[in-house]
Amino acid sequence: MTDEPGLIMNEQKSNALLARGAWTVAHVERLEHLCAVSPKRQGPIDLSGVTALDTVGAWLFEKLARGGAAGTSESVFVGASASYASLLREVHELNRAGLTEGRQEHPLIDRLKKIAQDLVADSAAFLRMLGAVSIALGRVLRQPRAFRLTSTVYQLGRVGWQAIPIMALITFLIGAIIAQQGIFHFRKFGADSYVVDMVGILVLREIGVLIVAIMVAGRSGSAYTAELGSMKMREEIDALSTMGLDPVSVLILPRVLALIVALPILAFLGSMAALYGGGLVAWLYGGMSPAIFIARLRDAVSITHFEVGILKAPFMAVVIGLVAACEGLKVKGSAESLGQQTTASVVKSIFLVIVLDGLFAVFFASIGM
Amino acid sequence: MAGGRIAIHVEDLVVGFSDHVVIDGLSLDVREGEILGLVGASGGGKSVLLRTLIELLPKRSGRIGFPAFANGKVASRGVLFQQGALFSALNARQNVQFPLREAAHLSPELLDEIANVKLEMVGLSREDGDKFPAELSGGMTKRVALARALALDPALLFLDEPTSGLDPIAAGEFDALIKTLQRTLGFTVFMITHDLNTLAAVCDRVAALADGKIAALGPLPEVLKSDHPWVRAYFHGVRAQMLHLGA
Repeated sequence: MTDEPGLIMNEQKSNALLARGAWTVAHVERLEHLCAVSPKRQGPIDLSGVTALDTVGAWLFEKLARGGAAGTSESVFVGASASYASLLREVHELNRAGLTEGRQEHPLIDRLKKIAQDLVADSAAFLRMLGAVSIALGRVLRQPRAFRLTSTVYQLGRVGWQAIPIMALITFLIGAIIAQQGIFHFRKFGADSYVVDMVGILVLREIGVLIVAIMVAGRSGSAYTAELGSMKMREEIDALSTMGLDPVSVLILPRVLALIVALPILAFLGSMAALYGGGLVAWLYGGMSPAIFIARLRDAVSITHFEVGILKAPFMAVVIGLVAACEGLKVKGSAESLGQQTTASVVKSIFLVIVLDGLFAVFFASIGM
Repeated sequence: MAGGRIAIHVEDLVVGFSDHVVIDGLSLDVREGEILGLVGASGGGKSVLLRTLIELLPKRSGRIGFPAFANGKVASRGVLFQQGALFSALNARQNVQFPLREAAHLSPELLDEIANVKLEMVGLSREDGDKFPAELSGGMTKRVALARALALDPALLFLDEPTSGLDPIAAGEFDALIKTLQRTLGFTVFMITHDLNTLAAVCDRVAALADGKIAALGPLPEVLKSDHPWVRAYFHGVRAQMLHLGA
């Protein structure tokens, strides 16, 4: 007897379906095909030729039985050995609820609905987090002893002090690139000395703080989300709450405050590094001596430009910190969700930082700064 | 099925880590179609033995064979890990479907149906299939893990403390489930357990592991009569006595 499964209709024997061979998962492709092309069952199913049967085979028989004329499993299946019969009886009771229904909505509409719901939920979570951090801050202002100084200083060291080299390097390079491009293109009009104005205003007003904020979102925002997320995963945050401690004032407030302190400092250092890079390129590539560069810079930029840039930094820090905290607390049990929320944290905070920068541009323009 | 053929044959097995020998010349035969329960002290090498049998750990010397199977190799085996070891990125249904998907080409429709059959077989509903491992309770995790272990209808099932962490009712239900499924599907079970109730209710034979060897082997009443000191301490200790009194 061969193992190759088969299924044929025997018209002489009261339209019985004759099954043979091994009805197991190893042959499932052939079995699915057999069942798909088999005529609708009218009589019993004869299993006397079946050499092996597992749950997959039993389920396919059960499906054949359900697809055809009515009858109990005892009357439908003939010639089955005792062990096959008990397996068939077992499967007979299962998966009775019919095909999955209720998921008939249009996938695109579903998706849009989900996006809209997420947007509302995200905004609500952000506002809730802003409120919780404000309350925690208010409590700390009333009782300064509740302030977690050690934690804040430690976080400040991580997001501020340790970030200085990479921030300075990146902004230095960007300042240098802007100066080089400016000199190259302005030279055509004989206006290469205006490069100083461009580098100075651009760096102090926009680029310095924006680049630094984006870098901080990628470097420290992601770290915050991952830390808080894994604490959430391992129920550490729940443990804190049960000890009567507020996770927001213990974990989130020090982190957000550290960012608020660190980001303006980093933005200032970054701007200086960018100006240094621009000046270096102007000297080595554009042939403008440092003394002239500094003199022109003094004419071109005023303290207002610097204020416009640096004023934005703490607000960007708040956005980055709150988004990171929200996303961190959204982490569920799985490793995948931790990765997802960390990605979401970086993407959302960079997006919001740029949106915020645009809003500030409109605001400062309208008040004439 | 239970025709006296040997499903797992272990002979003079030695397993160790660096200078520490855990399994020391162990020999054991598991008969086809039986449920064998393995007991032993915590840290006594039960899990090491199981992990060696499923080839997760290398053996130092000795022989492991599966004479009841063609070419002495097991075509498919199911393993229920102690913590379930469900893939956290997949929901319960996808966890059950995973081995099927890897082993054969099934249509998505049939895959869903088979997964539902398996989930209902272990006493879960189709709605449970949409849940992710993080959302499952301990008992449900064990059930999903059992459904996944049974996905390919293995001839050999390895269970590592299937009822640990379950309340007595859930543990009793799980015991009954394993017994029923074993009767229907006819597989051989090698089970590590500390649960004396499980040993009494489910296991055809009990093996006691002490000092890296099998100290006693046979149906539970026979093992109870063993005069090996550790086996006596295990089955006649205070906790075991309480169980006998309660019964």
